[in-house]
Amino acid sequence: MRRFFTFLGDCCRLSCAGGWRYHLWMTLLAVGVVVGVYAYCQQLVSGLALTGMSDQVSWGLYIANFTYLVGLAAAAAMLVIPVYVYRNMHLDDVVIFGELLAVAVIIMCLLFVTVDLGRPDRFLHLLWRFNFPGSMLTWDVIALNGYLLLNLHICGYLIYSAYCERKPARILYVPLVFVAMAWAVSIHTVTAFLYVGLGGRPFWNSAIIAPRFLASAFAAGPAFIILTLQVVRRYTDHPVSDDALFTLRRIVQVAMLINMFLLASEVFTEFYSGTQHSSSGHYLYLGLCGHHALVPWIWTAISMNLVATGLLMLPASRRLRVLNSVCLLSVVGIWIEKGMGLIVPAFIPTPLGEIAEYAPTAHEILICLGIWAFGLLLYTMFVRVSVPVLAGQVTYARRRARDDRPPAVAPFPSTFANVAASIAACGIDNLEACRYDGWYVISVRLPHGVVSGVARLARSGFAFLLQAFFPGDGKHRVLEQHAAGAPWDAFGIEPQAIVGLRIVMRTRERTHLVPRA
Amino acid sequence: MSPLRHLDSDDLPSVEELLRKHYKEMTPEDKQRVLARIREQVERRYHVTPELGDPPPLEGVEFVYGLNLSRCIGCRRCVHACVQENNQSRSPEIQYIRVLEMQKGSIDVETSDHHYDPTLVPNPDKYYMPVQCHQCSHPPCVKVCPVEATWQEPDGIVVIDYDWCIGCRYCEAACPYWARRFNFAEPHLPADELNPNMAYLSNRPRSKGVMEKCTFCLHRTRAGRMPACLEVCPTGSRKFGNVLDPDSEVHYILQHKRVYVLKQDVGTVSRFFYYFDERGSRYHEPTAPALAGDDA
Repeated sequence: MRRFFTFLGDCCRLSCAGGWRYHLWMTLLAVGVVVGVYAYCQQLVSGLALTGMSDQVSWGLYIANFTYLVGLAAAAAMLVIPVYVYRNMHLDDVVIFGELLAVAVIIMCLLFVTVDLGRPDRFLHLLWRFNFPGSMLTWDVIALNGYLLLNLHICGYLIYSAYCERKPARILYVPLVFVAMAWAVSIHTVTAFLYVGLGGRPFWNSAIIAPRFLASAFAAGPAFIILTLQVVRRYTDHPVSDDALFTLRRIVQVAMLINMFLLASEVFTEFYSGTQHSSSGHYLYLGLCGHHALVPWIWTAISMNLVATGLLMLPASRRLRVLNSVCLLSVVGIWIEKGMGLIVPAFIPTPLGEIAEYAPTAHEILICLGIWAFGLLLYTMFVRVSVPVLAGQVTYARRRARDDRPPAVAPFPSTFANVAASIAACGIDNLEACRYDGWYVISVRLPHGVVSGVARLARSGFAFLLQAFFPGDGKHRVLEQHAAGAPWDAFGIEPQAIVGLRIVMRTRERTHLVPRA
Repeated sequence: MSPLRHLDSDDLPSVEELLRKHYKEMTPEDKQRVLARIREQVERRYHVTPELGDPPPLEGVEFVYGLNLSRCIGCRRCVHACVQENNQSRSPEIQYIRVLEMQKGSIDVETSDHHYDPTLVPNPDKYYMPVQCHQCSHPPCVKVCPVEATWQEPDGIVVIDYDWCIGCRYCEAACPYWARRFNFAEPHLPADELNPNMAYLSNRPRSKGVMEKCTFCLHRTRAGRMPACLEVCPTGSRKFGNVLDPDSEVHYILQHKRVYVLKQDVGTVSRFFYYFDERGSRYHEPTAPALAGDDA
């Protein structure tokens, strides 16, 4: 048990540590989340009237995002199947990123459904009266939560095993991996059936919706994973082979082709027969009776998907830069198609033939952005933690070894003699031997020699050193006087005092004072 | 979080509300307690003492509604009488009945006009088709509700428990007749317009974030009265009654008239039907339509 809590503690610590890019990115996301929470609080007070939804178009951007994200969660299945079924080991190293994505995305899905509820305070009613198996929404509740738990277990178990330096027991996760594959298909199918089962909405009431869901999900999911892997590869030293990316590219290729084919079948059915049931389709693709709010959206989506499919067919997309843009095009194109293009037009015209258009309001958009920011924040944290743990750089044994060692230095040695003693006690004489990630190593040359310090930020590292030599208020006095024009040598520090200020890679230990050769 | 300080204390569920049982699981004592709480809420908010009850469905009764398309002149009086009777929000106004101005020679609702000018009716080139909840025998809205906040009563009326609804609007998406309405904002109802004769499952005041719909005025009809929309109709186009009673008007109409069921193809077997007169239709008379008269 203690080991598990240490693990959780290490996860938290790791997710707070990183370079300035990481911190900037996380700060931006956190700001997005805060803005989203603010907008949602306003929605709680004023009701869903703050959104663009109406009795005519009663589902909008929230449910559109929900639908798209259910698809994105399939990414996990699309990575897992090649590895566990076809033994394609190119993807072995990256499977975990798919599963982590599934976890983050399902949490986003649940949030999107929650913000769409008129009375979120009553969600517990789901437990007291669960209209199962009558309502497809209850199926979806089971499917999504089940998928979340499965993936949480698989990722959590694998990462925790790596942390404990144990070989994961196959019996504890391989059967669940296979269950999760089937489950991934089921979350789409059930979500599609949510719409398909409504006889009063001819736009949805078509058998092709579920297969199209799967096809577009299997395109958008792996495309998103490719983009993630490119980021992982760029900013960590987790092994991501080109072959892994190319295997994913092939999956996107096939899924995009099937998706475009199904789209063509649907468009043909809508337009060739020309029955009354196609008015929503007309509205979506061409506009109806002078209303065409969705026309630019859908044609943007279709052209993005067409360009992406075309490029995927060409050898050009084996160049990683091209592949990135192709993936971006598919992710955005399918977002529009599954979101605005599938949910909104089914409501226009209404079952009584009225045309009322829908446009999301600023509140709605901010809440959506907030949830996206939260999902990305979670996913970034997951990746940030899992990369070093899986690489065996952060383990329980190492952690214990460090905790059990007597503290090498007093936190603030107040005299140079203490500093020197600390350095000796530290027992580290080679900087390269202990590698630091995103931590600043600061060296200050004093009359007595060079002393280095390590700190989270350059400024605090320098202050830390100053503190060592000028205890108490002395540090502030020195800084003030220096700011007022006093040269460094007035305090015994040579003019070129700061001789080293650099970032070295990868830390596991937040130490102390280290001598430099 | 600062916008939350504007949150009305009525918006937050009380402990009692959080722990309450589903309507169908309540004992008579539970119901009395809930009714007392609602009475107290209404008094606090509107300073009116309501006659709030929970009339049970009558034995051997199945309500159906017939609407005479040959007579309706599209005056929309039913729409407004319904709003007054059922304590709907006035701003934004929620209406259960939508009157369509239809093209002669077409039953396609997509060619209808929803926003015609009621001062110019009846237009001799059009006919009028009011649509409200059809109280289907196989209601898709009931099937899709994840929490069973809506169900069909033994007398055929589909009701909503406004205190159980979570506001997911799945029923609104499922309804082929566009008969359900959602309280997107806090319902605004002036105290002097409140109808104090109310029932738990029909016209008691609703809160923000829940669905509502036509209940065939069950607080009236279960007490032997007619729905408000029928009473106000100046043309006698609306007929309501117990279809199981062989002497009822609706029984006669279903047996003898030309009856049309809107969107019969969706298979929900509705309890609301339209019918035509063979004689006495306003379309057969060259002059102004008769506003009153018996149903020939």
